[in-house]
Amino acid sequence: MPTFTHGEVSIEVDEDGFMQEPEGWNEVVAHALASTEGVDDLTDEHWKVVNYLREYYLQFGVAPMIRKLCKETGFNLKRIYELFPSGPAKGACKVAGLPKPTGCV
Amino acid sequence: MAEKTQQELLQIRYTPPRRDWMDPSVDFEARRGSWSYPAAGKNLTYLGFPNPREWSPADEDWKLPDNWREIIYEGFRERLKKFRSLRVFLDTCVRCGACADKCQFFLGSGDPKNMPVLRAELLRSVYRRDFTTAGKILGGLAGGRELTPEVLKEWYYYFYQCTECRRCSVFCPYGIDTAEITMIARELMNLVGLNINWVMEPVANCDRTGNHLGIQPHTFKDNVEFLCDELAEITGLRIDPPINKKGAEILFIVPSADYFADPGIFTFMGYLLLFEHIGLDYTLSAYASEGGNFGLFTSHDTIKRLNYKMYAEAKRLGVKWILGGECGHMWRVIHQYMDTMNGPADFLEVPKSPVTGTVFDHTASTKMLHICEFTSDLIKNGRLKFDPSRNDRYRVTFHDSCNPARGMGILEEPRYVLKSVCNHFYEMPDNTIREQTFCCGGGAGLGNDENMEMRLRGGLPRANAVQYVHEKYGVNLLTCICAIDRATLPTLMDYWVPEVGVSGVHELVGNALIMEGENERPTDLRGEPIGDKEAASDV
Repeated sequence: MPTFTHGEVSIEVDEDGFMQEPEGWNEVVAHALASTEGVDDLTDEHWKVVNYLREYYLQFGVAPMIRKLCKETGFNLKRIYELFPSGPAKGACKVAGLPKPTGCV
Repeated sequence: MAEKTQQELLQIRYTPPRRDWMDPSVDFEARRGSWSYPAAGKNLTYLGFPNPREWSPADEDWKLPDNWREIIYEGFRERLKKFRSLRVFLDTCVRCGACADKCQFFLGSGDPKNMPVLRAELLRSVYRRDFTTAGKILGGLAGGRELTPEVLKEWYYYFYQCTECRRCSVFCPYGIDTAEITMIARELMNLVGLNINWVMEPVANCDRTGNHLGIQPHTFKDNVEFLCDELAEITGLRIDPPINKKGAEILFIVPSADYFADPGIFTFMGYLLLFEHIGLDYTLSAYASEGGNFGLFTSHDTIKRLNYKMYAEAKRLGVKWILGGECGHMWRVIHQYMDTMNGPADFLEVPKSPVTGTVFDHTASTKMLHICEFTSDLIKNGRLKFDPSRNDRYRVTFHDSCNPARGMGILEEPRYVLKSVCNHFYEMPDNTIREQTFCCGGGAGLGNDENMEMRLRGGLPRANAVQYVHEKYGVNLLTCICAIDRATLPTLMDYWVPEVGVSGVHELVGNALIMEGENERPTDLRGEPIGDKEAASDV
């Protein structure tokens, strides 16, 4: 299992850089993960998405439906791609420390 | 997304390389983009599968158990005894080559070991050397090959490049089911811990929560409610589908992506509108919350283990029969394996439409009916009211999903439904549809990102046929009845034919249904203005 190190952060990640133990997530980790997604600065808009994902994950144990994410944050999909170039599942969820969804998705 | 351009991918050489086919070496590092990540140890541990560990195919050492060869031989021996079909398939092939150019992975890559005949030969050569008299005496002269670590690595590469779509089997004069050869090869590899995560994580999730995505009951309920909120916004109707309702007449089971991911969620909304339209007495289940069965890509024991919940839940809820949604390989399992594994489901009744009275005798053994059969019967009996013009922004074609088409013969029903709910329907060329349909390139657990180059190559013949109808008729929507298709085809289209979107069949049914008491709909189920042809390319 690869270890991802950035500044003081050192976490286990999978082959695509998703963190393996979501409970170890915090804001410093989010900044570190964002750097792998070409997001150098986490703005309020980024945090709105990340915090929503985080809260949803803690309550429901998976990522939310993308349609729900858009509705709850008020950002359309295009805006989310602007904020996280790899998109909601591969970019935003990674920064929020969620595991990668698998299956027919 | 793939790093290679279309032009690079299209440089396909069909001339076989000079080296002997018996040379098994695969350079995994150089072939990134055409193999899948191995299963995470935690998933194997959860399932109680052998040899959980962290490793990569690009490593020299695959951390196999010391006695891996004995394990494979013993497993092979056991399966030859158990499955007579396996021995027949291994013995009867005469290498005529009828299948050679029928596989989309060969057509898209030019790699001769993706010819089904040669892929099977990778396993058959070991069988010949160690399990046949001729091979034991003549060895290599009889086409026998020693099982070395390199041969095992070659199995991993090529048997996780086959999607078990069975297109090759259609053309085999002996009727060899090459998917079953891949299934056995994967089953043998599983004995020593050679499996891929895109299969094993869904299997572990399904075992734990009832579905591939790991969606727990409270999340299931929340997702369904969210989609009902969406429907209320679009139609003005509040639908409240029952979940885990005891005594309902019908249990309805869908692939989990239909209540999680685009564009499957629009198909799910279509199902709900249909059931509301006819006042069906049904229930969803937060336990039998997955139609798909990734056991099919793992082992027979795993198929059985995951399939069982459908019938256990039907029994617990006391329903009369089961209706299944637009799922692909689920139907191969139901139609061809379930009855001998977990059946007969004697406690259920033969499916009978409560609306039309039609008895679906052909499902007498499984007690499970496909939604396209159910809906086409309703249409045939004039029980549904449609306004097909609501789908006028689409010019539609239909991709036959491999398993419903070849695994159970669902060919006419989805077409009949589509022609009833939309005004513009066009077929792709004959040799790319129905029994001869091409795979989406990402079935059988291969629809992951790391395998993207192989997906785009394997999906090229399908994309090529779509491009043909796009150019000839202006087709802008590719419909299908499989959740893997709905996940993989959008990526394939974005790459090869970006003007074409993807949807399920019941999304278009939902758009067209005239519901009693509904508002005039401002948008279709995607929230796009009805009649806005420009928006269609964004789907």
